[in-house]
Amino acid sequence: MISIQGKGVSAGVGVGPLYFYQRAKTEIPRYTAPDADAEWHRFKGAQTAAIEQLGELAEKARAEAGDDAAMLFETHQMMAEDLDYEEAIEGRITNDKLNAEAAVADTADEFAAMFEAMDDSYMQARAADVRDVSTRILGILSGAVQGGIASDVPVLLAADDLAPSETVQLDKSKILGFITAGGSGSSHTAILARTMGIPAIVGVGDALRPEYAGRPCMIDGATGNVVIDPDDMTRDRLLKKREEQLRLQRLLETLKGQENVTKDGKSIRIYCNIGSPEDVHAVQVNDGGGIGLFRSEFLYLNSADYPTEDEQFEAYKKVLADMDGKEVIIRTLDIGADKQIGYFDLPHEENPAMGMRALRICLTRTDIFKTQLRALYRASAYGKLGIMFPMVTSVWEVREAKRLCGEVRRELKAEGIPYAEDVQIGIMIETPAAAIISDRLAKEVDFFSCGTNDLTQYTLACDRQNNDLGRFYDPHHPAVLRLLKMVTENAHKNGIWVGICGELASDLTLTETFLAIGVDELSVSPRAVLPLRNAVRMTDTRESAPRLLAAIDDEYPESL
Amino acid sequence: MKQFSYTIQEAVGIHARPAGLLVKEVKNYKSTVTIIKGDKSCNALKLMALMGMGVKCGDTVTVTVEGEDEDVAAPALEKFFKEHL
Repeated sequence: MISIQGKGVSAGVGVGPLYFYQRAKTEIPRYTAPDADAEWHRFKGAQTAAIEQLGELAEKARAEAGDDAAMLFETHQMMAEDLDYEEAIEGRITNDKLNAEAAVADTADEFAAMFEAMDDSYMQARAADVRDVSTRILGILSGAVQGGIASDVPVLLAADDLAPSETVQLDKSKILGFITAGGSGSSHTAILARTMGIPAIVGVGDALRPEYAGRPCMIDGATGNVVIDPDDMTRDRLLKKREEQLRLQRLLETLKGQENVTKDGKSIRIYCNIGSPEDVHAVQVNDGGGIGLFRSEFLYLNSADYPTEDEQFEAYKKVLADMDGKEVIIRTLDIGADKQIGYFDLPHEENPAMGMRALRICLTRTDIFKTQLRALYRASAYGKLGIMFPMVTSVWEVREAKRLCGEVRRELKAEGIPYAEDVQIGIMIETPAAAIISDRLAKEVDFFSCGTNDLTQYTLACDRQNNDLGRFYDPHHPAVLRLLKMVTENAHKNGIWVGICGELASDLTLTETFLAIGVDELSVSPRAVLPLRNAVRMTDTRESAPRLLAAIDDEYPESL
Repeated sequence: MKQFSYTIQEAVGIHARPAGLLVKEVKNYKSTVTIIKGDKSCNALKLMALMGMGVKCGDTVTVTVEGEDEDVAAPALEKFFKEHL
């Protein structure tokens, strides 16, 4: 048995024969070709075929992974027909009497070298694009078969690394798992594997030797372990693990349509966080009970100028209509800090996390805010809408925002435009100030939703973007949990509901704690709904609540 | 000849995607479009040369438009820069 350790980037156990990705032959013929015209026509033919192939790949990528993935291949198309690139190849064919293959290869080197010499890591990486495009043209010129999997049975696919164009072309039904020598968690292969739920391990280095090809292999995408010729014990252990995962998967399937209720009958609402109208599909597939956070920023980020009232209205209306009467909470504009938009012309700030952001921008530039509020109220006629303001610190801010909501309603009424009368208004609790005065804020609104990412950042004075702060940025910190408990108590005293929409909501180690505190709603990414439902249904709060509440409140908890 | 200056707002500068869009846009016109940054200049139809200029966010470029449809092309391109770069 041979065991190799890599980095697991997509969980799951894969079992099957090891197969090495077959690349097209890369030896480039080089000779003097006196008939320059003939060589030029060979090149033009290959170039046209390459552009066609890239167009097909762009469509395939669009279907599998969206517009951004498709743009990569469209850029490759443009590189293939770039005037300078073509001219350089023509020069080598006409003046140097080189054959088409050698002319393409030398030109690829020339342009790749130009990008590699630039002082910008993004542009340096474009050298790989030029080479990818040129390799495609070379492949067509030499009539080589496309790389791929020439196996009848599904395999564990090993490669030194896979270019995006290679990954997209693969026949996914033949792949039980990915193993690459290089690569990272953010590589194209890793992202694709996670999207498709195929186990993947990267960074195994040169330990994976070509002579292992065809031998029985097992990989564990959770631990990053690759085993070739597994012994009986390892085999049994991994098969058992795979069985457990499949069982969990089946269990989660059976939970669709079930209630989120604990063994002792406490129920909690499980909603979803989404970032665009397209995400509604994932909410429905995973049986989310509603939308607890619809980030409206996508409208502003994907636009070259302020989105119009009608553009916004259409997007909000679509989500409300698609959710078919289930609650949809839309958060008003939350930009600034880590989310910057050029056309807002926000002045540079030394400390943007504490600067002009979110509701602060909206209350300063009320024209932008009112456009959004009008679009929201108009959309409210098509479903069950809640409006939520981010980044609140004071009561006056909420009153001012509500006053603007009132103005918008009066305007719409005067214009005879329909809107729902029962739109709930809520706020994010994501600053320590809002948590501490939550008793007063609760008298102003219909609900609270705790944004634990920012609440943790501000409470612990820890920049969430700074990876070095690791152990200091602790969302389980008693200060954060005490604030959540206090906010919940203040909400309930005033008869309003409270949810959590930060990443913490899907942290299953805290589900019992949130139930003990009495949180009414958890809003999580659609994929987290069923695991969370499972955790809720396993909990008995009669047993766990006293202990968990003591852990938050006690001056000297046992765990210290 | 028409010309205008523009300061790049796009965070990553004229990288592959906007450069590709620009080439596409320029192809709609008969005029010759030249992008000038400092002492470097290039024909806006040439994707890789355009990327090779390394125009970054905050850089100011001058765009010249010369040809029979320059009166239409120049304002259209200025709008394109504002929307995409």
